[in-house]
Amino acid sequence: MNLDSARAKLAAVPDPEIPAISLVELGIVRDLRETASGVEVVLTPTYSGCPATELIADDVRAALAEFGDVTVTMQRAPAWSTDWITPEGREKLQRYGIVPPQCSGEQAIRIVPSLRCPRCDSGKTEQLSRFGSTACKSTWRCIECLEPFEYFKPI
Amino acid sequence: MDAKLNYVLRLADTCLIHSQRLSEWAGHAPVLEEDLALSNIALDLLGQARALLTYAGQIEGAGRDEDQLAFLREERDYRNIVLVELPNAAASPSDGSGGRDFALTTVRNAAVALWLELLCGRLQASADIELAGIAAKSLKEVRYHRQHASDWVVRLGDGTAESQARMQAALNVLWPYVNELFAAEGVDGVGPAWSELEAEWRARWATLMQEATLTLPRDSAMQPRGIDGIHSEHMGHLLATMQHLQRAYPGGVW
Repeated sequence: MNLDSARAKLAAVPDPEIPAISLVELGIVRDLRETASGVEVVLTPTYSGCPATELIADDVRAALAEFGDVTVTMQRAPAWSTDWITPEGREKLQRYGIVPPQCSGEQAIRIVPSLRCPRCDSGKTEQLSRFGSTACKSTWRCIECLEPFEYFKPI
Repeated sequence: MDAKLNYVLRLADTCLIHSQRLSEWAGHAPVLEEDLALSNIALDLLGQARALLTYAGQIEGAGRDEDQLAFLREERDYRNIVLVELPNAAASPSDGSGGRDFALTTVRNAAVALWLELLCGRLQASADIELAGIAAKSLKEVRYHRQHASDWVVRLGDGTAESQARMQAALNVLWPYVNELFAAEGVDGVGPAWSELEAEWRARWATLMQEATLTLPRDSAMQPRGIDGIHSEHMGHLLATMQHLQRAYPGGVW
């Protein structure tokens, strides 16, 4: 089997909630390996209750179906961190209108960061809510251009 | 019951029932942002409960999965603390609030999140690898919940006369139930006695109360034992709602 070809297919699977970036760029793919009858993909879930987890497993199975049996294994530890989002993933998030994490997941979350608006680049922004449309984001708005935007929370 | 299974179930059921109560706010919170926040917190807790119940099923070794444990047990088999099963309002008012008191939910959220943060902080170093993994994951989530809920406690406590009175009333109602946060025994190689969290929890809670200009009620001698399956009169009603689908359509899946 050509594992590189499987890797390329896997790299093209988008995150179902944020289709601007792939699962690989999101940093949830731990491993891809050959098994006796196909391939095994090891994934780390982002949030405990993320409802996209099952959908992601289905998408991975569908994308790799041509390589035989696809086993999707969920590996909880070590816990996923936004530090694992790739540099390409961060750029794509920014272009998509979601500000990528501005500090390491290990750093204290006590401080509300000051963010630049992903649309007009103004520094005059404010947090509207610590939570957003998905578990991984908070909701912000730009005071200059008045547009709402989302921030990918560091964890 | 096996001591380790009991330890895991107490935490699993506390997350599950806390999530169930929080989810009652979906579509009803005072503002849209808070609706999202409470739903997201409920979802995190449900995810944590799923992982813990799955693990409990494995420890039990009787072939029960997360769904069977969540939906097909009897009231006395649930090991959650009583604090989380209390309704979202102290009384059932006919004031159009739908039986939801944001002050009570906020105080409870802050109290439980701080406790979960301390407990998960300990459990992430557990010799039990599976439990340690679940705790390390949960810790990232619950510390965010604690921060969010604590900010609301301060904002409403140190807010208007009305908001402060409501927060103080909620605190007074819930305070006797806080004792159970420190009631469970430890299990060697699994997790600490909850009493080990008590000093830090009370110190940090006192600081929060001071910041929120709320008065700590006098300590109560009440010792709730939800962790032994002895629940309040509210638990049966909660389960009737939560289990309805599985009882009406046994084995139903998505």
